[in-house]
Amino acid sequence: MIPSPFEYVKVRSVDEALAALTEHGEDAKLLAGGHSLLPIMKLRLAIPTVLIDISGISDLSYVRVDGDGPDAMVAIGAGTRHFELERDDVARTEVPLLPHVAGRVGDPQVRHRGTIGGTTAHSDPASDLPTALLALGGTVVLQGPGGRREVPVTEFWTGFFETAMSPDEMVVELRVPRTGSIGWGYEKFTRRENDWPIVAAAAVDGRVALANMAGSVVRATATEEALARGASIAEAAELADQGTSPGADMHADQEYRRHLARLLTRRALETAAGV
Amino acid sequence: MSILGTRVVRTEDPLFLTRGATYTDDLVDDRLTGALHATFVRSQVAHGRLLSVDTSAALEAPGVVAVVTAADLSDLVPLPPPFPFINQEMTRPWLASDRVRFVGDPIAVVLTEERYQGEDAAELVAVDIDPLPAVVSTADAARDEVLLFPEAGTNVMASFGEPAPADFFDGCEVVVTQALVNQRVAPVPLESRAAAASWGADGRVTVWCTNQGAQQARGQLGDWLKMDPDLIHLITPDVGGGFGAKIGADPEYAFVAWLAKHVGRPVRWAESRSENLVGMLHGRGQDQVVTIGGRRDGTVEAYSLVFDQDCGAYPRIGAVLPTLTMLMAPGVYGFPKVHSQGRALATTTTSIGAYRGAGRPEATAAVERAIDLFAAEIGMDPADVRRKNLLPAFHEPHTTPMGATYDNGDYTVALDKALDAAGYADLRAEQARRREAGDARQLGIGLSVYVEITGADNGAGTKEAAELEVHPDGTATVLTGTSPHGQGHATAWAMIASDQLGIPVEKITVVHGDTDRVPEGGGTMGSRSLQQGGAAVHQAAGELIELARRRAAEKLEANPEDLVVDLGMAGLAVRGTPGVGVTFAELAADDRLLVNTVFNANAPTFPFGAHVAVVELDVESGKAQVVRMVTVDDAGTIVNPLLAEGQRHGGIAQGVAQALLEEVLYDEDGNPTTSTLADYPFISATELPSFELVEMSTPTPMNPLGAKGIGEAGTIGSTPAVQNAVIDAAAHLGVRHVDMPATPMRVWRAIRQAGHNASQEGN
Amino acid sequence: MQVSITVNGEQRTDEVEPRLLLAHYLREVRGLKATNIGCDSTSCGACTVIVDGLSVKSCTVLAVQSDGAQVTTLEGLAGPDGELHPMQAAFRAEHGLQCGFCTPGMVMAAIGVLADNPDPTDREVREGLEGNLCRCTGYHNIVRAVRTAAQAGPAAGQVPQAQEVEA
Ligand SMILES: Cc1cc2nc3c(=O)[nH]c(=O)nc-3n(C[C@H](O)[C@H](O)[C@H](O)COP(=O)(O)OP(=O)(O)OC[C@H]3O[C@@H](n4cnc5c(N)ncnc54)[C@H](O)[C@@H]3O)c2cc1C
Ligand code: FES
Ligand code: FES
Repeated sequence: MIPSPFEYVKVRSVDEALAALTEHGEDAKLLAGGHSLLPIMKLRLAIPTVLIDISGISDLSYVRVDGDGPDAMVAIGAGTRHFELERDDVARTEVPLLPHVAGRVGDPQVRHRGTIGGTTAHSDPASDLPTALLALGGTVVLQGPGGRREVPVTEFWTGFFETAMSPDEMVVELRVPRTGSIGWGYEKFTRRENDWPIVAAAAVDGRVALANMAGSVVRATATEEALARGASIAEAAELADQGTSPGADMHADQEYRRHLARLLTRRALETAAGV
Repeated sequence: MSILGTRVVRTEDPLFLTRGATYTDDLVDDRLTGALHATFVRSQVAHGRLLSVDTSAALEAPGVVAVVTAADLSDLVPLPPPFPFINQEMTRPWLASDRVRFVGDPIAVVLTEERYQGEDAAELVAVDIDPLPAVVSTADAARDEVLLFPEAGTNVMASFGEPAPADFFDGCEVVVTQALVNQRVAPVPLESRAAAASWGADGRVTVWCTNQGAQQARGQLGDWLKMDPDLIHLITPDVGGGFGAKIGADPEYAFVAWLAKHVGRPVRWAESRSENLVGMLHGRGQDQVVTIGGRRDGTVEAYSLVFDQDCGAYPRIGAVLPTLTMLMAPGVYGFPKVHSQGRALATTTTSIGAYRGAGRPEATAAVERAIDLFAAEIGMDPADVRRKNLLPAFHEPHTTPMGATYDNGDYTVALDKALDAAGYADLRAEQARRREAGDARQLGIGLSVYVEITGADNGAGTKEAAELEVHPDGTATVLTGTSPHGQGHATAWAMIASDQLGIPVEKITVVHGDTDRVPEGGGTMGSRSLQQGGAAVHQAAGELIELARRRAAEKLEANPEDLVVDLGMAGLAVRGTPGVGVTFAELAADDRLLVNTVFNANAPTFPFGAHVAVVELDVESGKAQVVRMVTVDDAGTIVNPLLAEGQRHGGIAQGVAQALLEEVLYDEDGNPTTSTLADYPFISATELPSFELVEMSTPTPMNPLGAKGIGEAGTIGSTPAVQNAVIDAAAHLGVRHVDMPATPMRVWRAIRQAGHNASQEGN
Repeated sequence: MQVSITVNGEQRTDEVEPRLLLAHYLREVRGLKATNIGCDSTSCGACTVIVDGLSVKSCTVLAVQSDGAQVTTLEGLAGPDGELHPMQAAFRAEHGLQCGFCTPGMVMAAIGVLADNPDPTDREVREGLEGNLCRCTGYHNIVRAVRTAAQAGPAAGQVPQAQEVEA
């Protein structure tokens, strides 16, 4: 299986990428790691006519602390590959949830190619890193012809493969609060180790996000509110599927997905709490 | 010391590891210069009337040389029914003309200059189908409301056996009945199907294709294309796995040969995985009902297995699998009364063929599940119930109520060895501890004891040919009709010859898979190769020694009886004077030293064993992980433990895969939902432990090597052991049965259901 | 489009279609047929090669994306005199291959595993090879082979230096 023909453009800077996006319009797609886009192009589920390869933009790959004190944020370049994030020392100390989750994406070869910007832009409701990002809070930094803007993660993933990004924009950075020694938990439920999650739950600092429980990654708000009210982990976790709208597939129907959301939320919260 | 029984590393590996093997799609051959690429257009609809096929747009696409549809096949005769005893109306067309019967049914073929152009052009072939209702399950098929072949009047391809007499279970204190699903799985050899064909000026065609027996494939091509087989030169390049799904030829292979003639150019075809998962034969697919009856002391008195075999749209080997399942129904047990009945049914799905074990794993899964159900019902340890009912050790052939004649076996020892190695008592103690503590991770211990039939008559008898020649330079060549695709025959057959002739393994070349060089052969399937093909090499070496002895006696002016094989010099020496004599190579320099022989085993063999599976089950999520696999697999004498262990490992893994993960699924409209490897949960390294293999060897008298088959045993034993282990892990919660694959959702549901039942009983 | 790719130390410039997959480039353009293709969904790993020091699935990389890259395939592992790379030798010694179809990708992925973790446990090897499927071996001997190779030292986790690197 091979993609339909397309034109290929390699860009060296964000400005070049944005110019190319404007030039080619709807038919163009950015190509980062290619590990979501090329598989669907091979199956001819996506047929873009122009690919704009942004993987050569070297200054999009970094992890650094921006600012200091409690307000400091960790900034991650959109071009950072999953394996780079997994091994990054700054990330490991400042937001240990993220490198852990990066290490749970796919398999080593996938992690060698896929980027955090790509998985963020792709907005697959089952994706791991967006789940972690949503639990962490923070923002997605977009750049477009009109300049840069920051969208809170809670507003970014709007639906099934849909985001708050407009077609002439691109993701350039992810910004997350430092969590340092705050406890966190990540529970990814799969049949095989390297599968996409059937359901996943990320918990950190009283916030919980779920993968594959709706059209996009979602927060378990009822659980979070219960925790804030002082409910026990077990009680709060029982509410995790409230407000979700899970789909059904061969691995899990809706009822089982809801059960998993509650179970994984409990376990993630317990890990975060160190129990 | 004999080289037999030693761990000789494979002679095929250096090339495989440095340049890679040469599979059909890797071929670079002058005869294929300028070959066109064939791309099949397949039905996207499970069942329907084919109204039209419009090729005009495709014909305009770049690189397209021809687009072939059913309308172009006037010089091809229809494919014949594959077996005489099935409904003769149910035949597969080369290309669909008026009806499509499964998603994947070939409709047209596009021939292009370049591979990439084929996919582009195939998309442009416009197919119009008026859908008919799909027939997805055997239950739907059996209703005969929607018929795949209206002219046949039924969906039943064949029926085997009679219903059980009404009084079959009379007098039993306990009778347990359970419906079981032995689900449809995909064999998924890592190399998908591929073929290439080129016609010579002499009217002969050379066909390269990936298969498990060149000679059988050539015979089928001859039948289908109505050609003298001598005009077909069939070459089997290296083969990337088969597992039964590459037995014989597929119609696509013959079609590639026909296409090459039709367009007057060589043609090659290599399917994608998505095409493979709908186009290549699937395996298993039985809906079974077991009934087991006996006494509360654990004695089973009567056992019945009734089942429907899903055959898919067109009859292939699936249509005859019921006979093997029925034959092996009682397995290792000495049940006084055994009954089995099976039916083969057509459904609007991919055809079913042989898959590792083919019919026998289904029999073993049923009886091993039945024993556990019976044990649970009477509250006895499943190991004890097994012991009580196993056939006692036998050294003379034993004929079962189903008519199989087992060569020899000691099933109790196999079971005890497996239980010992697993530490059965300790495992049960740990299980009790976790149950007591109410752990989320419970332990499950699953057993199976199995016997299977290997080297059965596959239509070509129970024989295999071998040719052996020693050359003047001291090397030797073995020609064999077996068809290795991972089993390591090049090494093992060389060991067998070397053992008798003293010629080092590295100097022995094994030739296979080329019908011009080896016109007769039975291929590799049904775990037949060593016991028939290996035995033929053994016999050939013996005959070559006799030939050499006569020639040496003349040359040395010695008495033939005084000449003995001297392995050190690879020749014959005068008794009592080692080193004095003549080498085989020297004799070959005088005149070709070559023998041709056929070994006939006359009967199959019955390897047996016992498996213990240990799983950890997360009872909150329903997910099971296999943590240990302890297996006894007695295949008689082992020629090369390295290779035999490799066969066991691969077999065990495929059994675990069926028990826990793999299943081909269709939606209600007959659309496959597992047609890529992203969706079909092919087992990976993380779902498996390293295996604990226990040795046991009961040589068979059926061949001079004492060898039984080992290719399928691992799968047959491990599947029910793992399934039983998962159920055992949740038994204390009231779970009695979970169908395969024991997916987390299924297990979770079973646990929840058992909880509901218990609370209702409590009310 | 023109691409210039160094494969097993040999650099070449070729004219290719943008959609040409690296796997097909290696097989059809460079004639290196060891790299196999076993799926359409980036699932099987049979196509794994090392690109600029990292294991990647060459069926999910475009040849044009690899312009300027250093690629190593199975054919590039053995020494000039045919001496096996430690990973190749270990696969042979431990019978880590049967039909051989997964093998080229498996060997390259296994080198990648040791590059990350020179002395992995069985479990770590299994996790490291989670993107590579094998139907024949049940993975048992593959895991053993990787552990055995690890004993050979750092070379087992490296690909040979490019013999001829051009500016
Ligand atoms: C076999 C396999 C298994 C996988 N398993 C998992 C898993 O378990 N969990 C998981 O979460 N993911 C998994 N993935 C997906 C993987 O994480 C992808 O790498 C990721 O989803 C996409 O990143 P990419 O850089 O490859 O994006 P690409 O494929 O290059 O692009 C994806 C989409 O995002 C757009 N895009 C890319 N970068 C940007 C940007 N900076 N700004 C705006 N738009 C952009 C593209 O135009 C495209 O539409 C798997 C992938 C494969 C092939
Ligand atoms: S062919 Fe590349 S992963 Fe399967
Ligand atoms: S050796 Fe056959 S697929 Fe791995």
